Amino acid sequence: MSIRAEHINYLYGEGTAFEQYALKDVSFEIGDGQFVGLIGHTGSGKSTLIQHLNGLLRASSGKIYYNGEDIYQEGYDMKALRSRVGLVFQYPEHQLFEVDVFSDVCFGPGNQGLSKEEKEERAREALHLVGLEERFWTQSPFELSGGQKRRAAIAGVLAMRPEVLILDEPTAGLDPRGRDEILDEISALHKEKRMTIVLVSHSMEDIARYADRILVMSHGEKLFDAPPKEVFRHYQELERIGLAAPQITYVVQRLREQGILLQEDITTVGEAKAAILRLLGKGGSEA
Amino acid sequence: MGIIKASRLIYDYIRRDEEDHVEEVNRAIDGLELDIKAGDFVAILGHNGSGKSTFAKQVNGILLPTEGTVWISGMKTTDENHIWDIRKTAGMVFQNPDNQIIGNVVEEDVGFGPENLGVPTEEIWRRVDESLEAVGMTAYRLKSPNKLSGGQKQRVAIAGVMAMKPQCIILDEPTAMLDPNGRTEVIRTIHELNRKEGITVLLITHYMEEVIWADRVIVMDDGHLVMDGTPREIFSQVKELKGYRLDVPQVTELAYELKKEGVELPDGILTIEELIEHLLPVLQSAGAKAVKDS
Repeated sequence: MSIRAEHINYLYGEGTAFEQYALKDVSFEIGDGQFVGLIGHTGSGKSTLIQHLNGLLRASSGKIYYNGEDIYQEGYDMKALRSRVGLVFQYPEHQLFEVDVFSDVCFGPGNQGLSKEEKEERAREALHLVGLEERFWTQSPFELSGGQKRRAAIAGVLAMRPEVLILDEPTAGLDPRGRDEILDEISALHKEKRMTIVLVSHSMEDIARYADRILVMSHGEKLFDAPPKEVFRHYQELERIGLAAPQITYVVQRLREQGILLQEDITTVGEAKAAILRLLGKGGSEA
Repeated sequence: MGIIKASRLIYDYIRRDEEDHVEEVNRAIDGLELDIKAGDFVAILGHNGSGKSTFAKQVNGILLPTEGTVWISGMKTTDENHIWDIRKTAGMVFQNPDNQIIGNVVEEDVGFGPENLGVPTEEIWRRVDESLEAVGMTAYRLKSPNKLSGGQKQRVAIAGVMAMKPQCIILDEPTAMLDPNGRTEVIRTIHELNRKEGITVLLITHYMEEVIWADRVIVMDDGHLVMDGTPREIFSQVKELKGYRLDVPQVTELAYELKKEGVELPDGILTIEELIEHLLPVLQSAGAKAVKDS
């Protein structure tokens, strides 16, 4: 499974005086089983971009290939594409609507024309994957807590058994523990189910912890496409476009300026702790 | 009595069936005692469902107590004669800026509140000027709110509240939907309002880094107040905070982790500068020692 975008342009108000590029010459390839973080300031084109990946928006020009197939070619099965590339929107719990959680999660696979048994089987599987206990399944989705609602909504997408899962700020508005729980579950889907993940987030700390590659968007253009350590090294450029690096990156940077020998590419608390303890001659390797 | 005071406050969300019989009672606030001093910057932390937002809605009378009392500037929120004075005294800003902006032009949006209060036109324009100035959005006054970034929209929403001349602003996760720049912008703006205009601020957030400059931090759990202190006192208690589903800023966490391994650092480090100040000498003397040993 791979998604390849070639020279994607997307224009709002094409042919009018208000014509504006939302995406400008964006190209990249997301390989099978990658965990990609997508970051950018508000209005940088992130949400527009992800809606191209499952065909919800059609590029003004450029091509998108899913598994080598041009999704804009005549007769391409867009509906199948949308099942294979699952998109979880911002605040997905606003889309919950059924009388109980289980029926809500069954809705997606129901649309795929599956039998009752098959769709219920998938719903059960999806609810287990997001860690929503069975006692919640018969409840109205509106009675759940914020974190549980979010899980139910993500389960609704997982029940379609997508190969690629795209999440637009899945942790916005959740408390720190709820945030970690959801991200750990997404990470488990990636590791255990080998699902390809695209995570849109404004939290540089979360991206540093989970993604193995970052795409940085700015004003509709792709600015960086590299592993987190590489990208966060450019923290000054990130700041210029409304982003930042994880707090830890700044600590390491300041210590380096004072002549402390730490690697430049430390981005998480765990890495910083290990490196500092090594310098102090504590912990494992006293090289 | 401070500007906001809650005594033995209880609030139940009650669900009724079609015949109006009570089906379920969900206690969101359970015997809260709280007194907030005028001019303080107070942050409220707590997990989803801990009662923070329910409390925020009590402060300007959107919700009224099931039991107990809430006073705003000495006025009881249950006193119907005072409800408009209370709403003028305590303004609210919510999470999603797009749900709070109604004007087609920034200055109109900011003028909407005072206009509703029946403020004379000249006075409305004066307040619009002052409020836009206070949040640093004067340059955008004739722009369409649609063209603004998330942080700018949220500053316009804050200006709209400021134009009603409140003594106190309650912000319920105002930065949850913003990018890093937008978050910094909004937090800086509310600190300025607090410092320069003396506005009492009640900030509800899930971002621990936004709390470190508050005068006071309150942690809620299960409808109770469970921790109350300065940011340093609160963030010194890493384990307790995690127990309440919360977290600490990354620098605090790093200092805490290093300290557990025997590195000599004080409790409750809050900023990059503090961590550097204390960690640098430790690292430098270790480095010097390493050179001597070799």
